[in-house]
Amino acid sequence: MVLLQRPHILLLLIGTHQFLQCWIAFGSFNEEGQKQEEFSEELLLKPLPDHKLLAHFHFQSSAPPSTSNGCHHHLFPKVISQLVQKFRVKEMELSFTQGRWNYERWGGFDPISSSNAKPPGVELWAVFDVPQHHIDASWKNLTHTLSGLFCASINFLESTATYSTPEWSFPPASGNVRYGTLPCEAVCTENLTPWLKLLPCRDKAGIALLLDRPSLYRGFYHSQRLHLTSTESSSEGIDSGIILEQTLTVVLQPNSERAVEVHASEKHIQPSWSLSSIFGKQVSGRCVLAKSSSVYLLLDRGLVAELKFPNKENGKSAANGLTSENVWSNPSFELSANPDRIFLEESSSHSKSLSILYMFQVEKCSESEPFDIGLMWKVPVAWLCQQTPLHASRFLMGSGNERGAIAISLKSTQFIEGFMSANSKDGSCELRVDVFQVVPWYVKVYFHSLRVFVDQQPRAVSDIIEKIHVSPSKDKMSPGVMEVVLKLPCRVNTAALTIEFDKGFLHIDEYPPDANQGFDIPSAIISFPNFHASMVFLEDDSLSKSPLLSKFQEKCPVMSYTEVLLVPLTTPDFSMPYNVITITCTVFALYFGSLLNVLQRRAAEEERFLKAKAAKKTGRLPLLLSMLSAKLRGRRREPLHSPPSSSSFINSKLVLKVILVAGLAVGWQYFFS
Amino acid sequence: MEKVKKKIGSFSFWNWVIASIIFRLILIYFPKNLNLSSRPEVSTPLTSFRRLAEGYWLKQSSMSPYAGSMYHGSPLLLSLLGPLTIKRIEGQPNHLLYSLVSVIADVVSAMLIRATGKNLRLASLRSLESLDLVKQIKVSEFLFSGDIAALIYLCNPFTIVACVGLSTSPIENMAVILCLYGACSRLIPLAAFGWVIATHLSLYPAILIIPVIFLLGCGPDSPPRKLFLQRHQQKEVLNQSKLPPHFSWGPIIHFAFWAFLWSVYVLVLCGISLKQFGGLWEMFKSTYGFILTVEDLSPNIGVLWYFFAEVFEFFRNFFLIVFHVNILFMILPLAIRLRHRPCYLAFVYVTICSMLKSYPSVGDSALYLGLLGWFVNELADMQFSLFLFCGYVGVSLLSPVMHNLWIWRGTGNANFYFATAMVYACLQIVLVVEGVSAMLNHDRKLRNLIISRPQDAKS
Repeated sequence: MVLLQRPHILLLLIGTHQFLQCWIAFGSFNEEGQKQEEFSEELLLKPLPDHKLLAHFHFQSSAPPSTSNGCHHHLFPKVISQLVQKFRVKEMELSFTQGRWNYERWGGFDPISSSNAKPPGVELWAVFDVPQHHIDASWKNLTHTLSGLFCASINFLESTATYSTPEWSFPPASGNVRYGTLPCEAVCTENLTPWLKLLPCRDKAGIALLLDRPSLYRGFYHSQRLHLTSTESSSEGIDSGIILEQTLTVVLQPNSERAVEVHASEKHIQPSWSLSSIFGKQVSGRCVLAKSSSVYLLLDRGLVAELKFPNKENGKSAANGLTSENVWSNPSFELSANPDRIFLEESSSHSKSLSILYMFQVEKCSESEPFDIGLMWKVPVAWLCQQTPLHASRFLMGSGNERGAIAISLKSTQFIEGFMSANSKDGSCELRVDVFQVVPWYVKVYFHSLRVFVDQQPRAVSDIIEKIHVSPSKDKMSPGVMEVVLKLPCRVNTAALTIEFDKGFLHIDEYPPDANQGFDIPSAIISFPNFHASMVFLEDDSLSKSPLLSKFQEKCPVMSYTEVLLVPLTTPDFSMPYNVITITCTVFALYFGSLLNVLQRRAAEEERFLKAKAAKKTGRLPLLLSMLSAKLRGRRREPLHSPPSSSSFINSKLVLKVILVAGLAVGWQYFFS
Repeated sequence: MEKVKKKIGSFSFWNWVIASIIFRLILIYFPKNLNLSSRPEVSTPLTSFRRLAEGYWLKQSSMSPYAGSMYHGSPLLLSLLGPLTIKRIEGQPNHLLYSLVSVIADVVSAMLIRATGKNLRLASLRSLESLDLVKQIKVSEFLFSGDIAALIYLCNPFTIVACVGLSTSPIENMAVILCLYGACSRLIPLAAFGWVIATHLSLYPAILIIPVIFLLGCGPDSPPRKLFLQRHQQKEVLNQSKLPPHFSWGPIIHFAFWAFLWSVYVLVLCGISLKQFGGLWEMFKSTYGFILTVEDLSPNIGVLWYFFAEVFEFFRNFFLIVFHVNILFMILPLAIRLRHRPCYLAFVYVTICSMLKSYPSVGDSALYLGLLGWFVNELADMQFSLFLFCGYVGVSLLSPVMHNLWIWRGTGNANFYFATAMVYACLQIVLVVEGVSAMLNHDRKLRNLIISRPQDAKS
């Protein structure tokens, strides 16, 4: 027995050893290549001026190029890498949003708002690395795949009437980009769950543990985004593989009952909050697979300017003076935990004050000692977030269901004045604004009716519009796309674009079930290419750069989305198809029948005349036939000589007719079988 | 209706013409208040002024005018009228020049109608003379049908609305009338030109080739040859010189040659203007294809828009074929029965087309109502003329009201507007049927006169 067992144990030992060796070798290979699958989780919290709190979850996974380690993944979701490989997606962004980002209160000039404020519903754009004529097919397949992946009706973006091809105004600026939106798509947990499944720890550990559904969906704004960059298929540049960036941005109202009780007299005081109070949960440990997991608290420039830091008067040298001690123990607020690190924004020319970022590591916490941070306000603070140079809004004009006009109005915010001095070098200061507008085909836009108003004065279109690209809508084929570059003077107060449209009439089957609700016109994208929202934080060591902070450093143009418009369209009577068909056909039959009747009717004496003739001759039919043949020959009718000859003539004609009809029938059968 | 016409006829012709022009000019100076150019009765997708302007804009920004589903007209119209859509004179209404072109087109059409009417009248008098019926039918009581037709055309509210509403139908109507005028006065190149242009602009006038062939072949109004022979059989005297001419093929070949020449010319011009935008195929697809497939379902005074908005997708092609074949089916019977009156045949064809076409507008109705004036004498005892007149007035008052209720106020329903369109179609059907019936009765009366006169002489 023992002898028999030994070889087995030996084999087992050898096997284990080999496996371990392989495993070690694999690990060392990864270290050598310095390309590992990485995952990091971060959460950014930011108090907003209107007593709300912004929570921005940022999960980033990256996979090395598939050439180095095949199609096996440790952390990276396999679905995504398959999707990238199959459809050769170069870059893709999918967002599900509920609610509208309030640009006036929540700001529009920081990296979070310009890349995470999304239009309501679903927005999808993708850049493909395939030849031009394959792009549409790839897009179609991609929409179907994503539809299955995220339990959403993204497959409605499949038809050519719903997506568009932006030429140059859309950020990725390439001919291979496709863009589509579904403004009326409802977003709910069924979309969040598949999104969470892409995370290595799902929502079982780490920061994702905070994603408590009821508190998330109670928020004012909720946007889950998936951004994918792949350099795998491109030949040029650094081959960095696939980077999957998943963000979830929520704007929540901290539950401030306690604050109300205490400071009932002072309504201006910001509500105090903690992670456990806003999410109802605490982080009980980091996701062990994550490379870094940290929580940030961002106090933006406006807020920092309001807060009285002890040595703020030092100005630019404040960075040196702001030690951890004097920053987090501030007279106006109190943090419940000591920040592990504090970052200060690099001084920029844009504004006088600098934002401050507190970093908290989640590593230290455990089951028994869950991670939680809170912010307790002591004095009321009021500040303003940095806004986009021009505040954009869009509305409909006109009444009735026949025609209307879309107006995009741009209103100057005070913020622009700070820029004017910086940007006007040679006195002629110009503000460039890009407008990208997609309209569905049933909103038939008259592009020649484009009008521009600057400071409420009508201006010539060619003066203001530097560049325009239009692709008019084709019925049931493609939506209308308008890309405009406006050059506005810097001192502009208001600017407006109006464009007229006719409302289309659809076939009864093309109306959605709730036809009287109206149809949505997707948001217009207003971007300011001269302005870049970026936050560069002074860091001690560049090695431990967090993905979120490096994302902040990227120069992305300031962008804002306008409101979604709801256009009511006229509806036909949905219950009427049979009635309409029968009544119309009756009228046509009336026309046909009565006209034919009039044409072949004969007056009484004509009848008598014919009858008398018929009595004389062999019969009416041969008479008519002989008349016809006489007519055809163009000669006067000669009297028929003999009845037999005429009957044979009839027979031959009859036979000819029968043959003709039979031939027709055979031909018909043959043709349609 | 007839009484109205008579009343008009008794006034001085030129006064009425000037009055109607002045009325148009007055209306042109209030375009903002009227807003006629976006009425569904006036501007169909084919004749809309705004779509023309859009097409011109697209062309100016170096895109194909047919790039979107906006413009469906001819590229020639775009080159001729397009510049007028953006040209503005300071202190004048926006589209003054364009409106003036429409007014001129209307006046020219009216003059051509008048000249053709005179021709017709002469021809019918000659034919009555040749049948020796001049005494029985009191020719002195004959109205100047040309003047009446021209005045009906000019003073018809439909024409005025179409002209002031900046639609392109005055131009299309002018082409049709040019064709008929050319054929009546035997100006074969002109007739061919009119026919080619009318077909090019709105496709349906293509079937006018049959009346034009008859007009060129046997003249504007020849009594049926059989009738003539019958008459002379009874008299036993065959005066060969008085016989109406045989059908002559010479002018028709001439016409075919000119029609070919003009169509090649038009196609070449279109090809040049669309050279960089997809060429002629693109044009055919978005003009004729658009007419034949009824893609645009916006309401108009016809019935097809609602029908195709409601009909099941599966049957769509079937009904498209049925409705278009309905026009073609009636060509042959009418041509057989009315071949000796080619102008009347043309009128009936125009009426049927404007009733069954995919995007009818009041401009089309204006044309056939104007042409109806030619036959005042023959149709004097048409039935239901008062009913028709009241019907037209009623529909043209009710239809805007129903449209307003449905589209603007939202209190009405599509069915109400469709009902007025249905009534309008029925009125046109009654007009066609009764008109044809009255004309046949008129011919019958003539024959009876011929047959019965020798017997009267004997008794």
